[in-house]
Amino acid sequence: MTKLLEVFDLKKHFPIRAGLLGGVTAKVHAVDGVSFDVAKGETVSLVGESGCGKSTVGRAILRLFAPTAGQVHIDGNRIDDLSPAELRPLRRRIQVVFQDPFSSLNPRMRVRDIIGEPILNFSLSSSGSDLEDQVATLMDKVRLPRDAMNRFPHEFSGGQRQRIGIARALAPGADLIICDEAVSALDVSVKAQIVNLLSDLQDELGLALLFISHDLAIVEHLTHRVAVMYLGKIVEFTDRRTLFSMAHHPYTAALLSAVPVPDPDAPRNRIILTGDVPSPIDPPSGCRFHTRCPFVFDRCRIEEPPLRIVGPAHVSACHLEHAPGEVIAHAA
Amino acid sequence: MSTTLETLPEAAIAGWRLRWRRFRSHRPAMVSLVVLVLLTLFALAAYPVQWFAGIDPFATDLLSRFDPPSAAHWLGTDEAGRDELVRLMIGGQMSLLVGLLATAVGAMVGLIIGLLAGYFGGRTDAFLMRFTDGMIALPLLPLLIVIGAVDLTKIGFSQEFAHSGAAGFWRVIVIIALVDWTSIARLVRAATLAIRERDFVRAARVSGAGPIYAMIAHVLPNIATPLIVAVTLTVGRVILLESVLSFLGFGIVPPTPSWGNMLNNAQELVATAPALAIYPGLLIFITVIAVNFLGDGLQHAFDPRSQRR
Repeated sequence: MTKLLEVFDLKKHFPIRAGLLGGVTAKVHAVDGVSFDVAKGETVSLVGESGCGKSTVGRAILRLFAPTAGQVHIDGNRIDDLSPAELRPLRRRIQVVFQDPFSSLNPRMRVRDIIGEPILNFSLSSSGSDLEDQVATLMDKVRLPRDAMNRFPHEFSGGQRQRIGIARALAPGADLIICDEAVSALDVSVKAQIVNLLSDLQDELGLALLFISHDLAIVEHLTHRVAVMYLGKIVEFTDRRTLFSMAHHPYTAALLSAVPVPDPDAPRNRIILTGDVPSPIDPPSGCRFHTRCPFVFDRCRIEEPPLRIVGPAHVSACHLEHAPGEVIAHAA
Repeated sequence: MSTTLETLPEAAIAGWRLRWRRFRSHRPAMVSLVVLVLLTLFALAAYPVQWFAGIDPFATDLLSRFDPPSAAHWLGTDEAGRDELVRLMIGGQMSLLVGLLATAVGAMVGLIIGLLAGYFGGRTDAFLMRFTDGMIALPLLPLLIVIGAVDLTKIGFSQEFAHSGAAGFWRVIVIIALVDWTSIARLVRAATLAIRERDFVRAARVSGAGPIYAMIAHVLPNIATPLIVAVTLTVGRVILLESVLSFLGFGIVPPTPSWGNMLNNAQELVATAPALAIYPGLLIFITVIAVNFLGDGLQHAFDPRSQRR
């Protein structure tokens, strides 16, 4: 498969200014060296708990702010160093669906104007009636009734608003849609509908999705590959089946064991993590997870484990030889 | 994007109806609205009154100075024997027009500076806001006097324009607009900062919207509510400022009357003809109070959280 999006060693540090002169006193290491790629028509998920920097990765790719370091490539062409004017025509390739369906739509605009806006911005319509046809087609694609065109966002439910947001993302003919917690704010049943809609659209249009989420249960349903993030770094990256059956990194194993199972009698080996996520202002030395890892040993506190190959198309940043599942089995 | 009332969908109309209902429930604001309409009609009545009664508001008659109210001159005459009532009407046109125009120009300046500062942030914001702070820190009255004393012929205007009544009128508007945009700029900046962080503005940037388009289409409609209220309150302040300027002799230049310069003329005569000071003073007082209550009422109507009784 050809690579659509490639991210190399992406970093984003937010300066903390304090004092009278506003000098930089510290930095939040929100994203600290993240590399991954997304192929055409593929879904890659970025998972991790809140504050791990997964949304920051999405926003840096979208250039809602400039990354501190690293490179972003589209179809092999570097885009992170382009000027705003050079970037603008390329923006239509990557679109976004945000988490909050209430703040992501302008309350003063009608649905037709919201969905039509990218088409107008990128001059993709030949006339007013062409624009209307395109908007109507998009509304069909996301299964919204066409007569909703003249309404305002507050007249819709959360799920319908997310459909409007998806239609807007599709409008300029994007190849990649970044779904930034796109279903996290929705009810379970609505969540399933939107996830199904996204995977149908992917099949129909050959879309690539970068799915940013904290919800592994949802990710399992639609992803091809998963990258697990912890404190601004990817700790494990592999395909869905491997991750859900043979997770190598103890953090991934802990996340997986926290996914609720709808069966009260199912045997559960929960790995309970103690303590809080350390501050990204001053991340721990060595392995960033060593303060909470149940398998921690001396080396972890000093030496930062690199991402290394632990299986076919499977990388993990852990010093452990064996996956936690095997370690637990050996000990028993 | 402009939407007329006919094309608005039901829910949006309901929003405006709700606001109107809330506005009506604010009694001082409703009374003020009526008062302002009456004041406007009073000012506009200058034309028919001049026409029908055959009164020239600029014709002096030194034999009938300080006449008491009579059938010919309902409010009597001033120190030059001119009809006081008609002069109050024309002065009202001047004062109200200056109030509206100067507010509009000043609000435009404040809006642009506030939008740029709030939307771009960073250095732009720091520069524009320090400039605004500096403007606020300038002592107002000496500044007004200095700008008011600028010789227009020296900055390239023709002799006749510089000495015409129009020059005085526009001078007042420019002076007020120059000094009275700061509160609007700060308000717009604060509101823009909040809206800029909303996801729909981010989405617009991702879908190719340039900064100017994003400011006009996405930020402006969503900060309109506090802006309308603030601008209304500014009108009252500007009318006062105009009277201060005219009182100091830098505003509307006699013989064109404004409430402010009528008050100025009357100050030396307060002992002999107190009525000449009371009429324009009372009208300024009523107008400013009414505008302020109107602003309160709009605030109440636009803010769903505000509760009265």
